[in-house]
Amino acid sequence: MWENFGFEFVNYYFIPGLVLGCIYALGAIGITLTFGILRFANFAHGEIMMTGAFLTWTFLEISNIFLGFYMHPLIACTPAIFIAIFLALSVDRYFYKPFRDSPTIIIVMASFGMMLIIRSLVQVIWGPNQITFVKGIAKPNSYLKDFSSSMDMMLLVPSKHLFIILGTIIIMLAFNYMLTSTRIGKAMRAVSDSPDLAKVTGIDVEQVIRATWIVGGFCAVMAGVFMAMDTQFIMSTMGFRMLLPMFAAAILGGIGRPFGAVLGGLVIGFAEELSAYPWFGNGPLLSPGYKSGVAFSILVLMLVFRPSGILKGRVF
Amino acid sequence: MSSIKSIMTVKDLFAGYGETEILHGINISVNDGEIVSIIGPNGAGKSTVLKAILSQIKINQGSINLLGKNIVSIPTSQIITKGISYVPQTNNVFVSLSVEENLEMGAWVNPNNTQVKLQEMYELFPDLGEKRKQPAGSLSGGQRQMVAMAKSLMVDAKILLLDEPTAGLSPKYRSEIFSTVRKINGSGVPILMVEQNAKQALGVSDRAYILVDGFNRYDGTGDELLKDKEVARMFLGSRD
Repeated sequence: MWENFGFEFVNYYFIPGLVLGCIYALGAIGITLTFGILRFANFAHGEIMMTGAFLTWTFLEISNIFLGFYMHPLIACTPAIFIAIFLALSVDRYFYKPFRDSPTIIIVMASFGMMLIIRSLVQVIWGPNQITFVKGIAKPNSYLKDFSSSMDMMLLVPSKHLFIILGTIIIMLAFNYMLTSTRIGKAMRAVSDSPDLAKVTGIDVEQVIRATWIVGGFCAVMAGVFMAMDTQFIMSTMGFRMLLPMFAAAILGGIGRPFGAVLGGLVIGFAEELSAYPWFGNGPLLSPGYKSGVAFSILVLMLVFRPSGILKGRVF
Repeated sequence: MSSIKSIMTVKDLFAGYGETEILHGINISVNDGEIVSIIGPNGAGKSTVLKAILSQIKINQGSINLLGKNIVSIPTSQIITKGISYVPQTNNVFVSLSVEENLEMGAWVNPNNTQVKLQEMYELFPDLGEKRKQPAGSLSGGQRQMVAMAKSLMVDAKILLLDEPTAGLSPKYRSEIFSTVRKINGSGVPILMVEQNAKQALGVSDRAYILVDGFNRYDGTGDELLKDKEVARMFLGSRD
């Protein structure tokens, strides 16, 4: 069973699906939080991801120049996180806040413009071409390989994938703790429930909005860096490419539902990878070229048959 | 007579939504320890008075004094910190938050003695103590109203504004809410309440104002208004 089916399925489809799902989940959290609390679809979210990845790459290069070696991307991303959050907060302060009481479509358009502005700036600074993020071939983690081999289930998982999966789990646990056990997290859920009631309750809605950008920005940079670690290259359109699956994940899980976004992200990640598995016959069920079509199909089906999403989110 | 302490005075208030003026010179005052009701037909501008106090609509003219200080044109968030607690008519609890989390949010502007306040609220509303971990959205209408009131009492309110607290409730819960209103008032919180159930509201109120079309029409003590023939005929559905 393991020889014929499991080895190939787990190592080449399931694990990559899980990794992709983790990345989508992190990205979708920011989208669903922005939707829940600020009530608009933020088109610029993918650009925060992408900018975070470019900043991380820059710090990797800086460490090579000054220290003589490449730091681990998860260390190099720390300053990148602060810069990206600062960027997200500034964009909110100067581009979105003036439209806070305007019709939603205006702020959606503002975010669309922001998306183009950020991407163009990144292209001006780092150029429009693909850049190698981490060099070399990722070998399977030898400890996990030996350990699983001793149980007759050889797992070939590169260390980068272990970092991504474990990192996502840790972020999710911290995020869950924040939403359920901290004052600001509860206030985020309260504002998401009803901004008007939050206001007359005396909750500082602007403070909650800032917290939203900080959490969303952090998750976005982590998603961007994880994506870069996974594919080992970065380019200025990577954020935009992720936007559709992330929106699909947010809607699939139920808009405004952070844990729905996580669930949705995992489902979309798995669906994209597993759609290329040779379920019938020898060839892939769907050519990998159609991967992004899978997310789009799920998005359309959900909007038609269950627009509230898996966890009953908001419907507009 | 000078021992009566004024908590809130609304004077010659003209206010409305954008170009549409709803209130055309309203006068209302609430003194220390009082329950004051605002009653009147639909569209009289009863709830609009509360919205004006909370600075949620445009005030064209007039003044609103809280403990001697004018609070017109102060943003809503700061009005709450000055000691005005407000329970909206609908949509007045955070449905996905638990009962306890709702109360914690109520204490946002002054979180220091949240634990003490929580115990006080569970004593005042024993039903809520049992359901503290349940999402507020899963409660019945009457219980939600209790949560909303408890939430608004988590801060040391100088005055409590209630917008139709019994709207849509069964007669049993209606009486319970009115007796709760009395109990809250008994603990020293002045209350300004907008009500549809005029008779019962007048029954618990020290004084009341009857608004019609954005003007003051009648005012007096609860008893006076209940006994007034014209008031009875026009506003209380009495036939004689």
